[in-house]
Amino acid sequence: MGLTSVKEFIELSKSKNIPLWQVVLESDCDDTGITKEESIEKMTLLWQTMKNSSKSYNKNDKSASKLVGGDGGLMQEYILSGKSISGGIIPEVIKEALKMGECNACMKRIVAAPTAGSCGVLPAVLIPFQKQRNISDEEIVKSLYVSAGFGQIIAYRASISGAEGGCQAEIGSASAMASATLVYLCSDDSISDVADKCANACAMSLKNLLGLVCDPVAGLVEVPCVKRNVIGAVNAISSAEMALAGIESKIPVDEVIDAMKEVGDLLPSSLRETGKGGLAGTVTGQQIKFMMNNI
Amino acid sequence: MNIFDILGPIMVGPSSSHTAGAVRIGLVARKLLGEKPVFMEMCLHGSFADTGEGHGTDKALVAGMLLMNTDDERIPHSFDIAKQENLQIIKCVVNLKDAHPNTVLLKVCGENGTKLELVASSLGGGRIKVYELDGMKVEFTGNYPTLIIRNLDKPGPVAHVTARLLENKVNIANMQLYRDSKGGYAAMVIESDDKISKDIIDDLQKMESLVKISYLE
Repeated sequence: MGLTSVKEFIELSKSKNIPLWQVVLESDCDDTGITKEESIEKMTLLWQTMKNSSKSYNKNDKSASKLVGGDGGLMQEYILSGKSISGGIIPEVIKEALKMGECNACMKRIVAAPTAGSCGVLPAVLIPFQKQRNISDEEIVKSLYVSAGFGQIIAYRASISGAEGGCQAEIGSASAMASATLVYLCSDDSISDVADKCANACAMSLKNLLGLVCDPVAGLVEVPCVKRNVIGAVNAISSAEMALAGIESKIPVDEVIDAMKEVGDLLPSSLRETGKGGLAGTVTGQQIKFMMNNI
Repeated sequence: MNIFDILGPIMVGPSSSHTAGAVRIGLVARKLLGEKPVFMEMCLHGSFADTGEGHGTDKALVAGMLLMNTDDERIPHSFDIAKQENLQIIKCVVNLKDAHPNTVLLKVCGENGTKLELVASSLGGGRIKVYELDGMKVEFTGNYPTLIIRNLDKPGPVAHVTARLLENKVNIANMQLYRDSKGGYAAMVIESDDKISKDIIDDLQKMESLVKISYLE
């Protein structure tokens, strides 16, 4: 049995005085019987694969449906033009999220994190961030354990599947995981304070995407999924910034996760990956579906 | 869920259910066939039929039949590779009664004339289940070494098979028994914790009232 509440997760870190990533590593080794070295090797492979996916991006690729492809390239040109409104790391994060989402739609090799549809969020924040701050691969791999720990708790208490809980469960969860990961990487506080701030970042990012529906046009992991990776990544950064500033979530994170579960259960099936409601049900969404069925 | 179910699997996109799961179904069919395939007919049901093309479900099923794994970058080109390997492919749409939305009926034939028919569903997150094998109702996931034995419905085969497994210290994780009618055809599906050696399978081939053995490692 893995982690089941953030409260327990944080208390383990505090009582043992070990960082969050180590709590997750130890808990996983206990559960699965693999050694720490084997586990770290697996996690390192995931990180290398994320970076390779980003490198495999080709702006000329189009998905089989021709609905997506090339937006990562447009974002890159825009960055080079120097006209970005926000500047700094944000446009890079947007670009990475688009690239990864498009790689997935174009049948490239990716890492589901936690799902294929939300595979862009974590690499979108980690890849530019590693470059900006010159962080070692070892440190990023450790931070991925933090991410997996929060993801495990969300999966246990709520869901990480769009068909079950809507997009909040996929992009929302990915965003919450990424934001806790960022806090872990940036904070120079004590082990105990870092753990609290990670929990707050996780809570805030999940709260901000609560209620997000899963409404893929023609049932494909393309529209709006690719661009939702962008909001997941940018939301992860804003929530991490708030947490690092010392801002707290008024609702404790475990209760936020439970609320996400409740909202997911209340969502009608038309808004849970059936390709019927929301954007999929719009006139254009229906036209795209009709055209695709008649090619 | 294990942390590597949260981060991972490494897979070729776009969908864990419609792409990765479909590769795994193809792979299970290929392993059960036990020889190089020369023909496959895939009948797509439900969401596999509706959105399969956009998700590369057809390419994924073919890739699995060609022994590719879910992270194989050749998956998008599986139809071309199948052509080079003289694997003939037929694709159709089917409406199966009471089936999971992501279901396929696969009919395959190997180079030595072995035929296999299976119905399998992709349940999400890349997990799959086989529900029908050569017209017989079964249920297995392909996560364990799986031994499928079809025999005539007579007393003895279960004791015979389990005794051989015991002699070889193979621990059974799950076991199910099916039959179409009394005295007709029966099937046992055994999922084990340990691999089952070729010697054991060769020995079981000699069993009286045996119809067919398939093994999925």
